[in-house]
Amino acid sequence: MSVSMARSLRDTGRNASRRKRKDRLVNGVLIAAVVLAVIPLAMILFEVIRRGAGAMSGEFLSSVQPFSQRRPGGGYLQGLVGTVYMVAIASILAIPFGIGAATYVVEYKQSKLSPLIRFFTDVMTGVPSIFVGLFIYAILVQGKLGFSTLAGGLALTLLMLPIVARSAEEIIRLVPDDLRNAAYGLGARRWQVVMKVVLPAASNGLVTGSMLAVARAAGETAPLLLTALGAFTIVPELIGKPQSALPLLIYSEARGPYEAAHARAWAGSLELMLLILILTIIARTISRRAKAK
Amino acid sequence: MAVADSLSGRRRGRLRADTTFRLILGFAGASVLLILAAMLISTTIQAWPVFRHEGWSFVTSSVWDPGTSRTEITGQYGALSFIVGTLVTSVIALIIAVPLAVAVALYITQAAPKRVAGPLTYTIEMLAAVPSVVFGLWGLLFFVPSVLRPIMDFVAGTLGPFIPFLGGPVVTYNYFAAGVVLAFMVLPIIMAVTREVMANTPEPEISAAYGLGATRWEMMRHVVLPRARPGIIGATMLGLGRALGETIAVAMLIGGSQRISDSIFRGGQSMAGIIAVTFQEAAPENVKALIGVGVLLFVITVIVNMAARLVVWMTGGHLAKEQNL
Amino acid sequence: MKPLRLIPLMIAFTLVSTACGGGSGATTAVGSTNTTGSMQADLLGAGASFPAPIYQEWIGAYQSVEPDVSINYQSIGSGGGVEQFIGQQTDFGASDAFLKDDEIAAAQAARGCDPIHIPTVFGAVAVAYNVEGLDSLTLSGSVLADIFLGTITKWNDPAIAALNPDVTMPDEDIIVAHRSDGSGTTSIFTTYLSSVSDAWKSGPGAGKEVEWAAPNSVGGEKNDGVTAQIQQNPGAVGYIELSYAMENDIPIAKMVNGDGNAIEPTLESTAAAADGITIPDDLRFNILNVGGEGYPIAGATWLLAWKCGYDQAKADALKAWITWDLKNGDDLARELLYSPLPDSLQEKALAKVDLINSEG
Repeated sequence: MSVSMARSLRDTGRNASRRKRKDRLVNGVLIAAVVLAVIPLAMILFEVIRRGAGAMSGEFLSSVQPFSQRRPGGGYLQGLVGTVYMVAIASILAIPFGIGAATYVVEYKQSKLSPLIRFFTDVMTGVPSIFVGLFIYAILVQGKLGFSTLAGGLALTLLMLPIVARSAEEIIRLVPDDLRNAAYGLGARRWQVVMKVVLPAASNGLVTGSMLAVARAAGETAPLLLTALGAFTIVPELIGKPQSALPLLIYSEARGPYEAAHARAWAGSLELMLLILILTIIARTISRRAKAK
Repeated sequence: MAVADSLSGRRRGRLRADTTFRLILGFAGASVLLILAAMLISTTIQAWPVFRHEGWSFVTSSVWDPGTSRTEITGQYGALSFIVGTLVTSVIALIIAVPLAVAVALYITQAAPKRVAGPLTYTIEMLAAVPSVVFGLWGLLFFVPSVLRPIMDFVAGTLGPFIPFLGGPVVTYNYFAAGVVLAFMVLPIIMAVTREVMANTPEPEISAAYGLGATRWEMMRHVVLPRARPGIIGATMLGLGRALGETIAVAMLIGGSQRISDSIFRGGQSMAGIIAVTFQEAAPENVKALIGVGVLLFVITVIVNMAARLVVWMTGGHLAKEQNL
Repeated sequence: MKPLRLIPLMIAFTLVSTACGGGSGATTAVGSTNTTGSMQADLLGAGASFPAPIYQEWIGAYQSVEPDVSINYQSIGSGGGVEQFIGQQTDFGASDAFLKDDEIAAAQAARGCDPIHIPTVFGAVAVAYNVEGLDSLTLSGSVLADIFLGTITKWNDPAIAALNPDVTMPDEDIIVAHRSDGSGTTSIFTTYLSSVSDAWKSGPGAGKEVEWAAPNSVGGEKNDGVTAQIQQNPGAVGYIELSYAMENDIPIAKMVNGDGNAIEPTLESTAAAADGITIPDDLRFNILNVGGEGYPIAGATWLLAWKCGYDQAKADALKAWITWDLKNGDDLARELLYSPLPDSLQEKALAKVDLINSEG
């Protein structure tokens, strides 16, 4: 680096002003890039809010889809219920398993299993979401569970598990060893140290990580296409009937030609993004408050 | 840990608790391995008859003609169109996203005023919170017909006659449309990792450059960028991994035509897309073939992701906060 | 807005307010058949998008007849309908392509008894297009086949111009819009093309899914998706069920039928197309070689059910609903430009309905 730079720095005068101009030009390019990068987010938020708010109403939040997509009115209530239902199932399964796996990786890091789990958890975060749905479809849906809330919930579990595990691992790792050693010094056993000292110390970060995983699961469509299928009414059954979800409704109504369906899809997107936004903000607020301590 | 192990045996009861505890946690951890193995093995077994029937033409042939048998393989399953669709849209996405991400990361780490850097980072990472289906809806109903279509018409009209793959006629939803929206979706992760890597540029070297009288651009070009290059490569590969696996937004925008188009302004289908669009109607042999496509996608994505994380890890970037993306 | 549209809107308003009101026990029978409003069942059906508009209207109207019978119809395409039906995932299926012999064999093997085809309505497959300034278009079967084969690629091709002597055709590329999923509409369309074009017959042939040879093509899922593609692509031409074209104000072409008459797809020409065809006992048939005032690209659509395997409540509810559709659904069908079955065929269809669950 130094030779080429030294050469270009050798003279002042005419060269100096040319270099300054280049610097300003590049600065302009960078700022242009930033603007270009921020524009899509601004555009999406603007369109979703504008069109979504226009179609949003009390009716939208409280009623189910009309029987025919071409009819205006109605709402996505069955999708909201389905999303909450399946994400709840997924959270109940994925969060304990994920935190458990992460705890093992950190607290028993000398074991041979630990680096393996860590590596493959990483690998699992990269699994395409359609593949997760395909797996559940091939193994569980055909002939066994059928399209159902449970199948959708299991697909979301597989999606959430590695995300929870990876974030939990980083958080638990951050807990200072001093805390652990102090507890051991007082005569605590391993399980006491973990359950009563480490995890509580990490609890803010764990909640944050879990909520971000929940937000991610709430927005997933592909795995639910093959497992929950979709429904026109509110479905309280765990198995036996297909289940609806907000992203599924948006997906199916966006692709047809009907204005009424499009309007509902925009409102549904607003609803979904508000849901995700609320979860994300709560998560980050918890984390920021923890850091401030 | 050593302290714990050296406690005397009269606490055998507590030791049992410890062992149980370790087993429970170990089981939770092992479940990740078991699930991953189950996913890979069971899907490969299910898809095996199709792999055996097609052989290499599964990836080299573009003839996708599903049969309707419930017991044997009677159709032809060449997935080349979908492989091409996935690759072309991902490459277009990277061509747009990587320079943007590098530029933004440079700005944030080297040029931005302190109070802008934080909010700006947060804003770009918010893009990652937008669900895929919302990207698809926005692209489908607004961005592609209103913003991209005129651009595509213009480019196809002016450059098309000279450059075949930019040629018309233009269909509204095509490789290019899917690629551009995909670029926005992978931008956050590439930018986040690149920013991490650039933020780790040693201060002394930056100061040294300024001390020698370098302008900011010269410092970036001679100090930050060379050091960040392996990290940028890793970040790009992570973005590629994400792009390859993206299903919904691409399926909504790629055109759905199951062909390999010779222009980016016409459409095709992606691997994830063909699964999403046709599985519901797929007869058992077709389901096996779709599972096969899924396995192929899984293997490619996993290899790309593993290689990416290896590269980034070697250059000192940390992916802790970024795995949310 | 056509004034006739008010009627479905009123029905929709009624059903929405009923739904919001929690579904009171009082029912007003629409039509004259016996309704006690006392059945209770959940029915899941999936399949064709071709008749989805009318099925959804019928389901909506039936809510007031039997408020405790909840019917969930997922429009996923005929291919999906057949597959999910044979795979036992649904209570009834819907397809515009009747089951082929090997599908029937597979169905028998899967359930242990026969599947039943119950035709419900006839519909027209309209050739819709999006060409600026072109208000009317006439096409023949062989020209249409050539367009979809990719042999004709521009709107001002001499073959098209010959059929439209009063219009100056623009020099624009043709974008072919087709189905990307397994479709009964495709089946009706390609069966027609096979019957009028040898090149088509020996090429892509007929079926729910074919290889689309035209180089400038786009795919859409279900009739909804193809409609959207036609709307979004200047120069596009595609095949969609008539009611989708009407609903979205998309111009449609006149087709030259077997007698050389250029016929526009309407309720009347759809009904005329089905005139005089011989219908086999199993009620699986194609509408081909249409002449007179009939529109040449028309087809029937079927509901699929089983002869056995239902629990009694479901079987009763299913039979009641389909019977209601056949007897009371004519007006709603005509609203949406589907031609109801002529009386003789309706009797045969009702006889088939009786076979549902007849073997237990």
